Amino acid sequence: MTKKRTRSSLVTGLVGGPYELWALVFILVPLGFVAYYAFTDNAFRFTTDNITRFFTATSSVTGADGAGREVRTYLVITWRSLKLAVISTVVCLLLGYPLAYIISRASPRAQKTMMTLIMIPMWMNFLIRTYAWMTILQDTGILNNFLAKLHLGRVHIIGTETAVVIGMVYDYLPYMILPLYSIMAKMDPKLFEAARDLGCAPAGVLRRVILPLSMPGVVNGVTMVLIPSISTFYISQKLGDGMFFLLGDAIEGQYTANNLHFAAAIAFILMVALLAAMAVMRKLTDRYTYGGQAK
Amino acid sequence: MDKIIELKNITKSYDRQVVLDDISLDIYDNEFITLLGPSGCGKTTTLRLIGGFETPDSGEILFGGQRINDVPPHKRNVNTVFQRYALFPHLNVFENVAFPLRERKTPREEIDQRVEEMLSMVALKGFEHRAVTSLSGGQQQRVAIARALVGRPKVLLLDEPLAALDLKLRKDMQQELKNIQKATGITFIFVTHDQEEALSMSDTVVVMSEGRIQQIGTGQDVYNEPKNAFVADFIGESNIVDGVMLKDKLVSFSGHTFDCVDGGFEPNEPVDVVVRPEDVDIVSVDKGMLRGVVTSVTFMGVHYEVIVDIGGFKWMIQTTDFVDVDERIGLYIEPDAIHIMKKSEYSGLYGDYASFSNEFDELSDAESEEEA
Repeated sequence: MTKKRTRSSLVTGLVGGPYELWALVFILVPLGFVAYYAFTDNAFRFTTDNITRFFTATSSVTGADGAGREVRTYLVITWRSLKLAVISTVVCLLLGYPLAYIISRASPRAQKTMMTLIMIPMWMNFLIRTYAWMTILQDTGILNNFLAKLHLGRVHIIGTETAVVIGMVYDYLPYMILPLYSIMAKMDPKLFEAARDLGCAPAGVLRRVILPLSMPGVVNGVTMVLIPSISTFYISQKLGDGMFFLLGDAIEGQYTANNLHFAAAIAFILMVALLAAMAVMRKLTDRYTYGGQAK
Repeated sequence: MDKIIELKNITKSYDRQVVLDDISLDIYDNEFITLLGPSGCGKTTTLRLIGGFETPDSGEILFGGQRINDVPPHKRNVNTVFQRYALFPHLNVFENVAFPLRERKTPREEIDQRVEEMLSMVALKGFEHRAVTSLSGGQQQRVAIARALVGRPKVLLLDEPLAALDLKLRKDMQQELKNIQKATGITFIFVTHDQEEALSMSDTVVVMSEGRIQQIGTGQDVYNEPKNAFVADFIGESNIVDGVMLKDKLVSFSGHTFDCVDGGFEPNEPVDVVVRPEDVDIVSVDKGMLRGVVTSVTFMGVHYEVIVDIGGFKWMIQTTDFVDVDERIGLYIEPDAIHIMKKSEYSGLYGDYASFSNEFDELSDAESEEEA
């Protein structure tokens, strides 16, 4: 018995070891550096100034009525990032949920084809994809030329929040579909039949069986879209004409301006906020884990 | 007794493959009826048609005299116990059973009372808050039965519900299902490929093969008076040999003329003769009506299974007397042990034990459990 245990722990060590090393080098050490930079000044002395600056820095903006106002710069940016990320996530969920369901119920062959089609855009660099959307959405772009040809008039999208949301949804939709699809593909269609048999109309099957069973996929998909879209950069610069400065842009801007310590502070605060959000998500997933309550 | 379900000339095919070929069947109130047949015979499809999960290509399904071909499953007064139970993994035992009641917006107190009633009927009191995934196969089976019965359906459909249980548990559940059926007075339509299960539980057995009904009758009917070689072979063990009906109550086969109890055939009509292995007596060679050499003996517990070569045809005999391989023996057959059947498309396909082996039998059983 003892012998067996030693051996299995050795095996565990050999198999699990590389991952621990990997996690140390590529996750913990970089995160340590971020935290170190966030709490030091240019001479690497301990300070909380960078953190305080995030919450207190102000700048003046001109309101719609032409009057100037003082606002807390980074809190405004954070709010804007959060808003656009939440809108994008909701749109991704509304588009991705039915699509994932349709794919999961198709023939195995069709499932493969559809999933490949969804993955293909991810093989391209996201800068190129963002530029592609610029040419589509511009005032003289493909979309407007097309609308003009049909005598439907032109729309001004580029440089609006809508354009930024379109860009984010396009980029992150696969991250919503994948976890939803993987959980839906595992659902036993007999359960849907059982629900029909027990008196549910199709809408009842969706509400009482499909939705609760797919909840872990929803939570995973939302996490995987919300987190990158809250820290995204560049999309807003290109599709928003630089009008919608987001947290990711702020980090990039501070970094390129060589303010490494403040850039690290913003990144650190964002990371703490996201970890807290993920902990909440995890709690939600646990609640929806299969099998009812008490064991 | 009133007819509750009538199937009239039902035909169904998938991808041009005919699954049901002009099936007609009457099912009566309070009846325990079993659809019995090998994998792919159309028994599960028949059940799904009644449940509303398939629509027939042609023909009519009547429920209490009303045509229900196009009524969706949730509007039929029929519930199903699925092959692998199909319990909702996100709900506990209580909520699984309460599922159909909640859909109907039944008042809370009534839900509590009816679910408790069902759970005590299937001996699962105290399991209310358990996760269904933590239950054993037999317990999951009971939850599925309680869930299907709590809505008080007129008819309960059971799709090979015992196939996944081990033998001992299966025997217990057979008895329990039979008791539940008697207690509730609900019509049970039971699908199985296990002939023993069918015989021991059912009021009526419907033997199916290749999308057609071969015979409808009580367990005794289909066992003692099989209509054709398929039924004779599928229900129990049978020696099926070619014979000639010389006249009423006189048949000749295997080079000997026998008295029998059947009649109603043309003089000298070729027929299939069935002799059950347990109805053959082993006697000394000089007293035997037929004579042959023992080729194998298998100990089965209650009896020995003896294979005897008689003029190239292998007979199976079940006996409690021990005989040895290569021994020459005589066989004696009583007149009422001989059953005569008309020739059919199945003649000559079954009934010879030349290629007999127990393992082969079990293999084909396991396969048919996977039937869709």
